[in-house]
Amino acid sequence: MNVTVNVNGKPYTRDVEARTLLVHFLREDLLLTGTHVGCDTSQCGACTVHVNGEAVKSCTVLAVQADGMDVKTIEGMGTPGDLHPLQTGFWEKHGLQCGYCTPGMIMASAELLKHNANPSEEEIRYHLEGNYCRCTGYHNIVKAVQHAAEIMAQGGQSGQAADD
Amino acid sequence: MYPANFDYQKAASVDAALKAMADNPELKIIAGGHSLLPAMKLRLAQPPALLDIFNLEELKGIKEDGDFYVVGAMTTHADVMRSHLPLFPEVAGWVGDPMVRNRGTIGGSLAHADPSADYPAAALATGAEFVIRGLGGERTVGADEMFLGMFESAVEAGELLTHIRIPKGITASVYEKYRHPASHYAIVGVAMARHADGQIRAAYTGAAEKAARLPKLEERLNAGQDAGTGLVEGADMLGDRFASAEFRAHLVDVLSDRAAKRLG
Repeated sequence: MNVTVNVNGKPYTRDVEARTLLVHFLREDLLLTGTHVGCDTSQCGACTVHVNGEAVKSCTVLAVQADGMDVKTIEGMGTPGDLHPLQTGFWEKHGLQCGYCTPGMIMASAELLKHNANPSEEEIRYHLEGNYCRCTGYHNIVKAVQHAAEIMAQGGQSGQAADD
Repeated sequence: MYPANFDYQKAASVDAALKAMADNPELKIIAGGHSLLPAMKLRLAQPPALLDIFNLEELKGIKEDGDFYVVGAMTTHADVMRSHLPLFPEVAGWVGDPMVRNRGTIGGSLAHADPSADYPAAALATGAEFVIRGLGGERTVGADEMFLGMFESAVEAGELLTHIRIPKGITASVYEKYRHPASHYAIVGVAMARHADGQIRAAYTGAAEKAARLPKLEERLNAGQDAGTGLVEGADMLGDRFASAEFRAHLVDVLSDRAAKRLG
């Protein structure tokens, strides 16, 4: 089936099998490998991307379901010279060790900060319930999100702005 | 993991979906896909064709009709959570996680009738009604007649659950849940609502093959007594590697007591 998906602002048309999961479409058809496959059972959140501005687990969405929609992945969040505040936050606060969960953590956190510019620790932990990290114990991830919220409150780095 | 391959089409309308289902009895409806796709990836389900109703605007959103709120079946858990419905927003906040709630739908979950799902307890406690449409017309089923067994609801082949009607006038409601730490499904959940006439309705989910009312609890609370214990004595409880039948029965008592205290 032909699908056209706008990924990070660029339209991509590909011929895919109906069973192709969005995460495989991104990684294997578009070679955007920043989105990770973790548990593959809708639990760990490593594959989190935005579809039409909402965070979803791309291992549990079909590519054909995203036909005609806007998808944002970690590759669309910032560049090496202009990091998104969340990327700066994870860097500064050591919010990762192996880094496998980080793209999903950042995409899920971006949705939180879009709705809640100044989340409490409790709100951050509740919002990241669907993102598993097996290294950090989460403390520094919470600090990283809080740091990003501070940068954004000060109108700091754009990283393509708070989010779309 | 890849599911087995299938034909896929998006439904243009509820009517078109009903016709397509009549033409192809093997057609499986996909809503948010957060129960169906995981089952397909594990090859527990291998439908030859999927019909996607997730984007049907006629099935989205919450309206009012007299003494009822009318919730479109494709309203997501996230939208239910942000709504002013009685009881359901608290319950929706316990479903999965934010990403799951952005895709999963209230109608998909209720029609699927997973014995560990949260909404069935809320539907029973609020006395919700289910609007089910087939090619022959529409019928309304009460919550007490909706959940027939494990993954078995009153929605029959060739029919679609289109709306959920939730009565207005509920003055207080609570949901208490003991959840599985990874899947976030209910090991036991207890929902409770005080209705316009002052009567309390309560129901549990996760603990048996289907969600059900708690008549003994309702009787006690409506007589001004405490929740007490032995609320599901004699009932056939689920036991598995996560929780034994005895533990689930115990949790029903504990969560009912907490819910009753919060309800006040």
